[in-house]
Amino acid sequence: MASEKVKTFTDANFGEEVKNGVVLVDFWATWCAPCRRIAPIVDQLAEEYNGRLTVAKVDIDENPMTPSKFMVRGIPTLLLFKNGDLKETIVGLETKDRLAQMIDKHL
Amino acid sequence: MSAVSPHTRSVIIIGSGPAGLTAALYASRANLKPLLIEGIEAGGQLMLTTLVENFPGFRAGVMGPDLMAEMRAQAQHFGAEFLQGDVTSVDLSRRPFTINVDKVKYTAEALIIATGASAKWLDLGVDKKLSGRGVSTCATCDGFFFKGLPVAVIGGGDTAMEEAIYLSKLATKVTVIHRRDQLRASKVMQDKAMTTANISFLWNKEVVDIKDLVQGKVTSLVLKDTITGETSELAVDGVFIGIGHTPNTALFKGQLAMHDNGYLKTHDGSRTSVPGVFAAGDVQDHVYRQAVTAAGSGCMAAIDAERFLSGTLHESHAAEHAEAGR
Repeated sequence: MASEKVKTFTDANFGEEVKNGVVLVDFWATWCAPCRRIAPIVDQLAEEYNGRLTVAKVDIDENPMTPSKFMVRGIPTLLLFKNGDLKETIVGLETKDRLAQMIDKHL
Repeated sequence: MSAVSPHTRSVIIIGSGPAGLTAALYASRANLKPLLIEGIEAGGQLMLTTLVENFPGFRAGVMGPDLMAEMRAQAQHFGAEFLQGDVTSVDLSRRPFTINVDKVKYTAEALIIATGASAKWLDLGVDKKLSGRGVSTCATCDGFFFKGLPVAVIGGGDTAMEEAIYLSKLATKVTVIHRRDQLRASKVMQDKAMTTANISFLWNKEVVDIKDLVQGKVTSLVLKDTITGETSELAVDGVFIGIGHTPNTALFKGQLAMHDNGYLKTHDGSRTSVPGVFAAGDVQDHVYRQAVTAAGSGCMAAIDAERFLSGTLHESHAAEHAEAGR
């Protein structure tokens, strides 16, 4: 089950939501098998970094503008923003340890 | 008997494709209480496929992810335990073997390696840099982003044909680029691809560059004719690489004997160069590479591991000869 601490962003609120603090966004779709593999890791990160990191998902089927704006052309893709600036792009699968190291650099 | 640590096992299986899951099924039914470490690509290559029509027992075909879910549930039903995580290092120099998953250490008396193989990239460097920016090794994952756009598929085998056929439903035009003048794909897949209206073929062409790193997206491919040496450019928005697989054996370098191409060497069934370590599936098979052969070899590895643990796995004649010759 998905963590309650993972937010859902949309095309309408994306710009506003990534403006403040450190935000990790998981671009996914229901039909994407590798996305299902990274989802539990994203959930765990949301639990472990609760309060220090905002974790959110964007369903690319329902929100085509945001992936296109950030040139996302493959999923899963994780983007890390700090105060609105894009800091990291992770395409494909990655271990939790390596994601945590990447997040820690920006906290 | 003193309490056994949950991190100490008689059998640990690394990998969760058909080989790993079948090994888990047999090991759990043999009451070995196996722990299976799933890995980052849990479920293996079949998770990225659609309809699998050559797995026995399914005359109408079965969806790859569904087949894997069934295999996993079947192994779990008999008591196999699963760990979501990726093995970071192993020590096979003494028994029990040590298997590290992130910061947690596990030990096992017998180890079954079923880490499989992953899609191969081109040797250009630029392809990895543009991964997720138009370069992909998974059409079912990323085809979505190329609706109404021209794409290319590199390769001449079944994987490349499957990708081309899948993409033909989304892209305006699919160009298959192959470095030879004929395909290596099975007849069925060749026919399907050749008769699809918006799939065309470029023969004897090698990709030497992908543009455009500056724009951070794919705009075209630079091709070189393998016969004339002439270069040309093909404008595409996406490029899918289907040139085969490379075994996931980096963890075992220097610890297990490997072939020159990186695949694990096995002998007398599933035995590797270290007694007590067995290998199954694509990690040790660069010839057949089928779901059913992987499953079959997973079964062999579990039986070999069981015999090893009970002391009834006899040294092969070949090994005896080697021993005697020392």
